Amino acid sequence: MSKQIIDLDNVVVKFAGDSGDGIQLTGTQLTNTTALLGEEVATFPDYPAEIRAPQGTVGGVSGFQLHFGKNIFTPGDKCDVLIALNPAAIMANINSIKWGGTIIADIDTFTEANLAKAGLTPEILQGVKQNYNLIESPISSMTKECLIETDLDVKTVIKSKNMFALGIVYKLFGFPLKYTEEFLEKKFKKKPELVEANKMVLQGGASYASAIQAIPSFRICTDSNLKGKYRNISGNVATAWGLLAAAEKANLPFFLGSYPITPATEILQEIAGRKDLGAKSFQAEDEIGGIVTSIGAAFAGNFAATSTSGPGLALKSEAIGLAVITELPLVIVDVQRGGPSTGLPTKTEQSDLFQALSGRNGESPVPVIAASSPSNCFDYAYKASKIAIEHMTPVLLLTDSYLANGTEPWKIVAMKDMDVITPKTVSRETEEYMPYMRDENFVRSWAVPGMKGYEHRIGGLEKMDVTGTVSYVPANHERMTMLRDSKIKKIVNDIPEQTVEGVKDADVLVIGWGSTYGHITTAVTELIAEGKKVAHAHFNYIYPLPQNTEDILKKYKKIVVCELNLGQFANYLRMNFPQYEYRQFNKVMGLPFAVADLKESINEIMEG
Amino acid sequence: MAENKYTAKDFKSGQEVRWCPGCGDFSVLAAVQKAFSELNHEKEDYAVISGIGCSSRFPYYMNNYGFHGIHGRAAVLASGVKVANPKLSVWQITGDGDALAIGGNHFIHEVRRNVDVNVLLFNNQIYGLTKGQYSPTSKFGQVTKTSPYGTIETPFNPGQLTIGAGGKFFARTIDVNVKESVEIFKFADGHKGTSIIEILQNCVIFNNGAHSKITDKEERENNQLWVEHGKPMIFGKEKNKGIVLDGYKLKVVTIGENGITEKDLLVHDMTEEDPTIHNALVNMKLPDFPVVFGVIRAIPDKSYDQMIVEQIESVQANSPVKCMDDLFNSGSTWVVE
Repeated sequence: MSKQIIDLDNVVVKFAGDSGDGIQLTGTQLTNTTALLGEEVATFPDYPAEIRAPQGTVGGVSGFQLHFGKNIFTPGDKCDVLIALNPAAIMANINSIKWGGTIIADIDTFTEANLAKAGLTPEILQGVKQNYNLIESPISSMTKECLIETDLDVKTVIKSKNMFALGIVYKLFGFPLKYTEEFLEKKFKKKPELVEANKMVLQGGASYASAIQAIPSFRICTDSNLKGKYRNISGNVATAWGLLAAAEKANLPFFLGSYPITPATEILQEIAGRKDLGAKSFQAEDEIGGIVTSIGAAFAGNFAATSTSGPGLALKSEAIGLAVITELPLVIVDVQRGGPSTGLPTKTEQSDLFQALSGRNGESPVPVIAASSPSNCFDYAYKASKIAIEHMTPVLLLTDSYLANGTEPWKIVAMKDMDVITPKTVSRETEEYMPYMRDENFVRSWAVPGMKGYEHRIGGLEKMDVTGTVSYVPANHERMTMLRDSKIKKIVNDIPEQTVEGVKDADVLVIGWGSTYGHITTAVTELIAEGKKVAHAHFNYIYPLPQNTEDILKKYKKIVVCELNLGQFANYLRMNFPQYEYRQFNKVMGLPFAVADLKESINEIMEG
Repeated sequence: MAENKYTAKDFKSGQEVRWCPGCGDFSVLAAVQKAFSELNHEKEDYAVISGIGCSSRFPYYMNNYGFHGIHGRAAVLASGVKVANPKLSVWQITGDGDALAIGGNHFIHEVRRNVDVNVLLFNNQIYGLTKGQYSPTSKFGQVTKTSPYGTIETPFNPGQLTIGAGGKFFARTIDVNVKESVEIFKFADGHKGTSIIEILQNCVIFNNGAHSKITDKEERENNQLWVEHGKPMIFGKEKNKGIVLDGYKLKVVTIGENGITEKDLLVHDMTEEDPTIHNALVNMKLPDFPVVFGVIRAIPDKSYDQMIVEQIESVQANSPVKCMDDLFNSGSTWVVE
């Protein structure tokens, strides 16, 4: 999941449990403490119409939501943290928690009977665990543990578990317990044993939170356009589905030739399981076999792809050149990992950029596209496929370990809404077909074995312009080299303009590409909130670069390129736009950026 | 379909053939063109796929769909074509270097998978296109540009390699034996699975006469055993030599000597799954034995491309997922109002 540190200026917390659990009192206590600490706060208590609704049912759930921080005008749409004192509390609030939000649940109440009453099936629970930061806390039993030395009856003990939950929340946000302790002293003035008991439980909750190092999980920025149907998806599955969707849209059979390699293997596994969609997967004897079977399949009229990671991409280099010179559609997915050589197979890095751009013999231009979130792996795999099919070229799609294994909610699309993909299949109306005749985009037509009257030969030797016969003519080689180059450059017309987020008159432009989107966005957003004039351009289209790239670069006094390598994209920009100065922030630890480090570095650059 | 819809000429491309004068490849090209014209495929359904080497220029000289690949990758290129469209008649052109050195890994796996591809393995025991280095089939001790003091490598026997990899089909022919080659090619086309056809081919420039002991006009009848399914293994100028099984080994005998009659000879069974005799046959070497030719092994079995189609059909019949929209909405989903 693309996670970010919760914004402590703006938090929504909700307590929920059975009507008798003291939810409203607990919520009020948190509200008071927050207000006393000088925060703005808005609250929204919601409880069942029945005074004593059936215990443990969804209908019987009582809730109290509060939103605190700066510039608070509403109780908040969805909560960052849900304290659920029973399974029904989760079911009742499943749609009012932010993606990736934290749920602190009293796991002691998760009995078979309670789960059944709430309708919380193992499948739903699994989904909750996938999509949220579920902290399973033994709240009931630990409350009892706190009060084991007292003479209080069981019912009274259990009733105080709301204080345990409140203690957790206080610790979570670093709030003091004293305001609630003072309240308890007043409320139970005449029952000192209850004052002590509740204080012990409150303290117990705080200690527990401290012991388990409970931290609020992170939420993703999906403020707009939230409505819709969702499912959880990983980067690798999203990539596989993007390829399959493109094949369906283009009405072409799909073929994947591949060889298992971490962290790309799930793409092959997913496709292998999609025989229901007619997809053919071929687990080759090696990486070269993976791509070359795909090239054969592309020649035979399938939409073909191959999936790999850095070491495998190195092995595929020669074959990518074959796809370049034969001008066949092919998508090569490189799920990057730490290198060189075997490197860090399970860790993330963005260090295959140069290999993707130019790791081949000869003048061998290949479009390079990078996904930037687990779920948009779908979109960029689809787009890479569309470009490959419509421009008759191999296309390299870069993801990485962080995206591939990360999961996040994906708003389900409908195939009817996906962009049309038009294969360059030779038209029956064409009077004369020659394999290297080109259209206005320098794209040749695709005639596949089985089509009568279009029999022709292609191959790795240089081809004569138009006719496609083998040619060693010097001027022809130069012309064909230019044509292949121009063909790829023309793709710029089919990719969207680069967008910039952040402050309009920013001093500093932060540039990133690929999987670092979430972290850079968070860092930039936080810097802007701190009053810094920062903007962020995040590149998905690497080659060709969007048409307006230079228009963006020239607007800013300072440019800093942040990437998980030693500066490959920065150097690529230097090569393309040498008139600008590029500062760098790099990390090669096999880990994603940390937001704090990014902020610090950007701050230094702003000041320096 | 009417017989001989095409003539060999229909499969000749206009491209100038650039093999050396006298190259064995010319005869093979003629044999393939003749075989194609006699088979029952539409011209557009042939795909000729090659790797790198002299023989791999082959597709350019044919007038059907063709793909000249990269070094060593003919097997995977051809496999991709066939799996992507099993209706095609796919022919792989490869040499001893392309198939057994740089492409050796692909070769054994292609054979193991039994993809329905007809593989013409041009074996001239030398690297021709790079001008005379030893290959994985060069004879032990052979002097070449990269083995000036003689090779110290044991050569591969393609037949043994094929059978060892679990191959279901192996045949052997000679470049100049066009008539026999045409029949073998046609038979291989009908065999569903990987058909390995080793063609002893003469490189006139860098390894002239590599097979001359076998092909020599005077001696060839004594040095070649052409096997036919269901027929006794007889050879020799006088048609009086034969092969018998003597204990665990093959043995050359003379009919009429020591009480040997035709009935004592081994009768060829290309469909026997036990590879023992087939392996012994492909290993026969001069001067103690003749060299075996013809279809040595042909075991009917399911091909990879056929099985993948069957698997797809079976999964599709039972899966509720019929299209991408079904897939997107399958499993665990939720709605945000």
